[in-house]
Amino acid sequence: MNVVVCVKQIPDPADPGALDPETRTLKRDVKLILDESDSYGVEMGLQLVDAAGEGEVRLVSMAPNNEVSGLRTALAMGAESAVLVSDEALAGSDALSTAKVLAAAIARCEPDLVLAATESSDGYTGTVPVQVAELMDLPSVTFGKEITVEGGTATVKRQTEAGYDEVECPLPCVVSVTAGVVEPRYPSFKGIMAAKNKPVEELDLAGLGIDPTTVGWAGARQEITEIAEAPAREAGEVIVDEGDAHERILAFLDDLKVL
Amino acid sequence: MSDYRPPLDDIRLVLAEISDLAAVCDLPGYQHVDPETVDGVLDELGRFVAEVVAPVNRIGDEEGCTVDDGVVTVPEAFGEAWDRFVEAGWGAISQDPDYGGGGFPGAVQTVMTELLATASRAWSMGPMLTVGALDALHTFADEGLKETYLPKMVSAVWSGTMNLTEPQAGSDVGALTTKAVPQDDGTYRIFGTKIFITFGEHELTENIIQLVLARTPDSPPGTKGISLFIVPKYLVGDDGSLGERNDYKCLSVEHKLGLHASPTCVLSYGDAGDGAVGYLIGEEHQGMRYMFKMMNNARLGVGVEGLAVSERALQQAADYAVERRQGRAIGGPAGEQAAIVEHADVRRMLLTMRAYTDAMRCLLYLNAATLDVAARHPDAEARQAAADRAELLTPISKAWCTDVGVEMASLGIQVHGGYGYIEETGAAQHWRDSRISPIYEGTNGIQAMDLVGRKLPMREGGVMADLLAEVGRFDAELAAAGDGFASIRSGLADALAAMEEATSWLVANGLADPNDAMAGSTPYLRMFGQLVGGWLLARLALGAQRRLDAGEGDAEFLATKVVAARFYAEQLLPVVRAQLGSVTAGKGDLFAVPAGSFSA
Repeated sequence: MNVVVCVKQIPDPADPGALDPETRTLKRDVKLILDESDSYGVEMGLQLVDAAGEGEVRLVSMAPNNEVSGLRTALAMGAESAVLVSDEALAGSDALSTAKVLAAAIARCEPDLVLAATESSDGYTGTVPVQVAELMDLPSVTFGKEITVEGGTATVKRQTEAGYDEVECPLPCVVSVTAGVVEPRYPSFKGIMAAKNKPVEELDLAGLGIDPTTVGWAGARQEITEIAEAPAREAGEVIVDEGDAHERILAFLDDLKVL
Repeated sequence: MSDYRPPLDDIRLVLAEISDLAAVCDLPGYQHVDPETVDGVLDELGRFVAEVVAPVNRIGDEEGCTVDDGVVTVPEAFGEAWDRFVEAGWGAISQDPDYGGGGFPGAVQTVMTELLATASRAWSMGPMLTVGALDALHTFADEGLKETYLPKMVSAVWSGTMNLTEPQAGSDVGALTTKAVPQDDGTYRIFGTKIFITFGEHELTENIIQLVLARTPDSPPGTKGISLFIVPKYLVGDDGSLGERNDYKCLSVEHKLGLHASPTCVLSYGDAGDGAVGYLIGEEHQGMRYMFKMMNNARLGVGVEGLAVSERALQQAADYAVERRQGRAIGGPAGEQAAIVEHADVRRMLLTMRAYTDAMRCLLYLNAATLDVAARHPDAEARQAAADRAELLTPISKAWCTDVGVEMASLGIQVHGGYGYIEETGAAQHWRDSRISPIYEGTNGIQAMDLVGRKLPMREGGVMADLLAEVGRFDAELAAAGDGFASIRSGLADALAAMEEATSWLVANGLADPNDAMAGSTPYLRMFGQLVGGWLLARLALGAQRRLDAGEGDAEFLATKVVAARFYAEQLLPVVRAQLGSVTAGKGDLFAVPAGSFSA
């Protein structure tokens, strides 16, 4: 059972990030860490490999530079190896460019199952997993909360607003995993030490056979036309109970369409 | 309550600038470690303590622990955190690779001690005591005992303790009466009552390895007749399996000012009849010598508690000062309450906490690295010099840091105003938890006596003289650093002169009447700690300035280090000269009052 988990290294969300006014994208020249939303996929992959009793978890990642510290975190959790695609021409990549690159890198690994987070914590486009599936001509299941694999079939409990759907799907397939559905293990001290020596294969676009004009700024099919300051949080409304507070609260929640 | 943020930037800067981590990693046996590896380890360790250990701190304080017919219950959250600690294998970090350890330098172990203790002082007592017991076993036990006990203690699957104190034998360990009766099979049977045993009983681990000081029959009186024994809670079979429950019982747990969830136990050995089965560590009558060997590490570890509590109190006070709005800032808009951090006196408190916290970290990490050099340096002379230096630093690491720790925890309450006195705020817990550290592992009074009575006379005062000379030589570096360091330079020079004067007085008068020296030992220790703190903070600031000049690192963070060193030199270092009169006053007035009049 070989599982590829797509992981992204992002600026630490604990430090206030900044947008580059010129490119209108997030400044990424700071230390990058493993996107927490990817740690659920890594954990799920490790559990599936454990359950199968054979195989390994391989990481696939893309970054404009050759940053690996976030990958080391996932390797320390127990993944066996990583493929990192980095190339200056990747700067400015939109979701589809990212998917093209990841799909090419994943294909080399010939996995039984591809896991990805539903969306990254810095971009939030939420489209890459399905694009990867389409490009690789694989079935795609989204919002997975539980996965079991038996005899070439993945059974996925798929989170819905009402509960969950149970979906069966032939392997190989791409499943996006909802954040919070498993408890990611903490890298152990020994895991961290072992991760130092685990292989990280670094590839550039030429190595993947991708034409640089089809990705990055050159190949972008989407454009960020404007960025603006987030509006300051407005003062809340204080409801003083004059006997009808419950009705007014209900009306307020109804307006928000949360009821 | 605010969340704990591991101060990894501070830790890294001190490791690089003060401990010379790169040089420590070059020592024989540490070559598999390099600063980059340590960085990666600290990232994950920091995340672990912040997410797993820190959340149990408040719960532990509120729930405390209980005993029922010998069974001690600690908060459930403590057990969950312990299990995660074992899973992640952090207990192994600096232990011997032959027994499953990671073989990291002691300097890194000291960082871990800080992180754990800052996250939760009470919880961290368990791992800390286990490391202490491990150290003793590893150094003195025979191979058979080591193979039986070390691997499970390295992994923290079993915990360890130190059983020294008895009701009549506190600071005076030589007065202990617990008996160890030799048996034909080479084991011993232990009878007696031990008190103040930290983590002496609990259900967190499969087994508890008690290290017990006891007397064999016909042993010489005092410390010369004490031997050290392993007494496991469950006897361990040849195949490592756990057998019968050993013959000892927890009679009670103490109700303490702080550290509510760290069970402090009264353990009674041999009540059921035959005595508790014990195994001799090393040789008979050598127990006290073994304890002394362990002492530098143990005292350093307690010193780290002073740093830890100060760091936590500072983080909480700083968060509060930014949020709490009271009073108008001078020059601020009328009718608008300012965050209290805008008031000069609140800033004074916060900067005092910042400067002392940094200074303590410098001293403790330097002491830890010096112990690594003393243990591992290939050159015998360098080992001896480092060992001497560590001996000299140990009393200030322990006593100065824990005294200052209590003061900083108290300042943390002060920053909160009235809310600091309310338990829900959480600031009071840090102070309550801090108060034991100046007491145990040799009271701070004993540390002062150790400094003046044992450490100052080393090499006829040469060890102290060497350190003071090094502080003096540092003046040249400060002179070269420009005007920004001028007040640090003059502050250090004046403090050094006062320290030299006090030292000369003690050397001249202490021999004639030791009580003259002992009378001034505590203020002398304060002087020494305060001076070394200022010296190291200045070194840290020079390092920060070099990085600033080179355009490396976070400029705001680095600039704060220079400010903290200057503030310390100008406003805290004068404490050194202020203590001079107390040091040189002699015993006169202390003994001019009849003992009975104190209670009359």
